[in-house]
Amino acid sequence: MQPRSDSRITAGVVALAAIAVLIGGAFAGLILEGAHDLSGAAAAFDGYLFRVARFTLWQALLSTLLSVAPALLVARALSRHPAFAGRRLILQLFTVPLALPAIVAALGILTLYGRAGYFAGVFARLGGGEWPGIYGLSGILVAHVFFNLPLATRLFLEALGTIPADQWRLASQLGMGARPAFRLIEWPVLRAALPGIAGLVFMLCITSFTIVLTLGGGPAATTLEVAIYQALRFDFDPARAVVLTLLQIALTFVVVVVLTRLGANTVGDANLPVAPRRYLSAGRMESVLNAGVIALALLFVAGPMVATLLSGLGADLGRLAGEEAVRRATLTSAGLAFLAALLSVTLSLALIAARRALALRRRAGGAMSLLEHATDTGAGFVLVVPPIVLGAGWFLALRNVADVFAIAPVMVVGVNAAMAMPFAIRAIRPAYDAASERHERLCLALGVSSWNRLRLIDWPSLRRPLATGFAFAMALSLGDLGVIALFGSDSVQTLPYLLLARMGSYRTADAAGLALLLGIVCLMLVVVADWLGREGRS
Amino acid sequence: MTTTINGTVAEKGLAVTLDDVSFSYGEASFRFNAEFAAGRVTAVMGPSGSGKSTLLNLIAGFETPRTGKVLLGGVDVGNAPPSARPVSMVFQENNLFAHLPVEANVGLGRSPSLKLGDADRAAVAEALARVGLAGKEKRLPRELSGGERQRVALARVLLRARPVLLLDEPFASLGPALRDDMLDLVAGIHAERKMTVLFVTHQPEDARRIGQDMAFLDEGTIAAIGPADDFFDRSGPDAFRRYIGDRGGTVAGSQHIARKRT
Repeated sequence: MQPRSDSRITAGVVALAAIAVLIGGAFAGLILEGAHDLSGAAAAFDGYLFRVARFTLWQALLSTLLSVAPALLVARALSRHPAFAGRRLILQLFTVPLALPAIVAALGILTLYGRAGYFAGVFARLGGGEWPGIYGLSGILVAHVFFNLPLATRLFLEALGTIPADQWRLASQLGMGARPAFRLIEWPVLRAALPGIAGLVFMLCITSFTIVLTLGGGPAATTLEVAIYQALRFDFDPARAVVLTLLQIALTFVVVVVLTRLGANTVGDANLPVAPRRYLSAGRMESVLNAGVIALALLFVAGPMVATLLSGLGADLGRLAGEEAVRRATLTSAGLAFLAALLSVTLSLALIAARRALALRRRAGGAMSLLEHATDTGAGFVLVVPPIVLGAGWFLALRNVADVFAIAPVMVVGVNAAMAMPFAIRAIRPAYDAASERHERLCLALGVSSWNRLRLIDWPSLRRPLATGFAFAMALSLGDLGVIALFGSDSVQTLPYLLLARMGSYRTADAAGLALLLGIVCLMLVVVADWLGREGRS
Repeated sequence: MTTTINGTVAEKGLAVTLDDVSFSYGEASFRFNAEFAAGRVTAVMGPSGSGKSTLLNLIAGFETPRTGKVLLGGVDVGNAPPSARPVSMVFQENNLFAHLPVEANVGLGRSPSLKLGDADRAAVAEALARVGLAGKEKRLPRELSGGERQRVALARVLLRARPVLLLDEPFASLGPALRDDMLDLVAGIHAERKMTVLFVTHQPEDARRIGQDMAFLDEGTIAAIGPADDFFDRSGPDAFRRYIGDRGGTVAGSQHIARKRT
C-alpha cells in the first residue's frame, strides 16, 4: 500500500538471511574443501561414483513407475465407488505414511519380508530354498512404494475430484459405460496430473536417505546421499564427499527445474478429497476388479504398519522405558524437535508476512521485486538442497574449527527447521493471507501495528494454523534420520539414531519397541495437526 | 470546539481538499480536484469503477497520490499513515475483528494496544449506548446482526472523534428500513459533532435523506459537485440523470429503479 517501512518486511529479510546462512555455510564448506584438495576431488570421479549415480537414478525411476502406475488404478477404483463402508478409513490410512518416520517403515518392512520376517517361511516354500530377505534394490523399491503409492493415490484422487459433477451427469444421461467414461472423462484429468505427480515421487526417491541406508544393505545398492554419509562417517574421504554432494545438488536441481516446468506440487501433502455425488455406477464385473485393486493396495500399505505394531508390542517395553539411553534419546528428540518446530514456524511466519506486506505494497501494479520472489519461493530452496547435503557441507566447514559432534544439536534444529518450512508455509499461508485480507485496512486505520498487531489481531486468528504447522514440523523433525546420522554420537542421540544403532547391533526387539514408540508419537502429532487444520477451516 | 458525550474534545469538521490529485490503479487512472467544505455531509455517487472508493482511500491514506496533495483543514497530510490522519472510515464490511468482543473492537479506537483504563471503558460503554447497543459489550461480532455490526463501527467512530468521517457504502447490504435507521443515526451523530462526512452510496434516496451536498464521479474524475437538491431537479447534470435513470425526472421514479439494485 504505502512505501513505508513495515516490521513484517524486516522480519522476512531476517528469515531469508537465516536460510541463506544455512545454505551458504554448507556451500562454503563444500567449496573450500574442494578447492583445498583439487586433485583428490578430481580423483573421486571414478567408476564407483558413476555406479552410485546410475543406481540413484535407476532405483528412483523404478520406484516411480511402481508407485504411480498402481496408484492410477487405485485412485480410479476409489473414485468409482464414492461411498462404501471403510472408504474414509482407507483414505485416512493412506495419509499415515506421510507421518511415519522412514526408519520406522523400513523396520516394519523388514519385520514382514526380511530374512527372519513374518513371511520368510512362506517365501522360502514358494521359492524352494532359504529366503534371503529383501535387502538391496527390492527392499528399497518396496519401501518407496509403501510411501509413495498412497501419496500418488491421494493426489490422483484429488485430480479426479476436480471433474465437474455436470460432466458426470451428462455422461450418465448419454449412457456412457465405464470404458468410454474413463477414456473421455477420467483419463484427460489423470494425464494432466501425471507428470507432476510422477515428478514429485521421483524427486522424493532420488533424495531418499534413510530407506536406502537401512534397506540397501551394501555397496551394490547405494545412492548418492548414502555414499555422502559413508564418505564422511566411515571412510573419512572429504574430497569424495564434496564431489558426491555437488553431483547430488546438480541432480536435484535439474529435477526441480523440470518439475517446476511441469507445474508439480513439490511439497506433496494432499487433502482428503470430499467425494462428489456421482451419477455413474460401476457394473458388477468392474466392482469386483476395483475391490481387488483396493484390497491389494490396502494390504500392501497396512502390512508394515501392522508388523510394526505387533513386533513393537512383542518387545520388552517396560525394560526399554527404564533404560537410561532410551530416556535420554527421548528427551533429546523431544527437545530438538520442539526447537526445530518453533524455529520452522517462526521463520515461515516471517516469510509469509513479508510476502503479504510486499504484495500489498505492490497492489497498485508493477512487477514483483526480487525480495518478494525470495519470500515467495525462499523456502523452496530447501527442497533443492537435501538435509544430508546441508549437513555434509557444515560438517566439512566446521570439522577443523570445532567439535562437529558437539554442534549436533544446532545442526539438527537448524536443518530440520528449514526442512519443515515448505510444509509449515503450506499450513499457515492461506490463513494468514485470508486474515490479512480482512484486517489490513482496519489495522492501518486504527494504527494497530507491529507487536500490538501480532498480539491482538494475528495471533488469535492464526493460532490454529500455526499449531498445525508446528505439530507437522515437529513430527518431521522427530522422525528425521538425516542430519543426526552425520552428527550423532554417543553424547547426542535422538530416537531415530538410537533405533538405527540397535538395528545395526541386531537388537531387533529393542528396535521394534523404539519404532513403535516413535511411530505412535509422530502419528499422534500429525493427527493433531490435521484436526487443528480442519477445525480452523470450518 | 464541542465537548462530546465521553468528555473528549472533538474538533469540528475540517475542510477536505484534493489539489490536483492523480492516481492510477492498474489500467484505471484517476484525477481529482475538489473541496469539501468543513462540517458538511456530502453524498458521493457514480457508476462502478468511477473512483468513489479510490477517492475515499486517498483521503484516508490507504492509497498514496502519484501527484498532487490531499489537504485536511488546509494542512497537507503528505505521506502520513491512515491512523495518523484526522479521519475515521467505515467500510462496507470487515469493520470489526471477528475474534474480539464488541467492547474490544470499539476500545481499539481509543488505544491500539488495547490498554484501557476505567475511564476508557466507561467511554466505550457510553458510545455503545449512543448507537443503541447498550449491554452488548461482551458479544462477538458473529453474534450480532449486520446492522448491529455497523453500529459497533459507528460507536468506534464516536470514540475516535476525528473531524472527518468517510463512509464507503457501509449500509449497502442492509434492507431499506434498516438503512434509513442507520442513516438517521449518522445524521444524529453529525448534528452533535459537526464533522465533515463523505459517504459513498448507490441509492439516490440515501443522498436525499442526509446528503447536503453531492459529488458525482464519472470516469475517474469528479464530474459535478454542488448542493444535493440541485442534482435531483431537471437542471441536474445529464450524466447524473442518466446514471440514476431519468424517467420524468422525479425522485420517486429513480427511487423505484434504485431499489431494484439492492
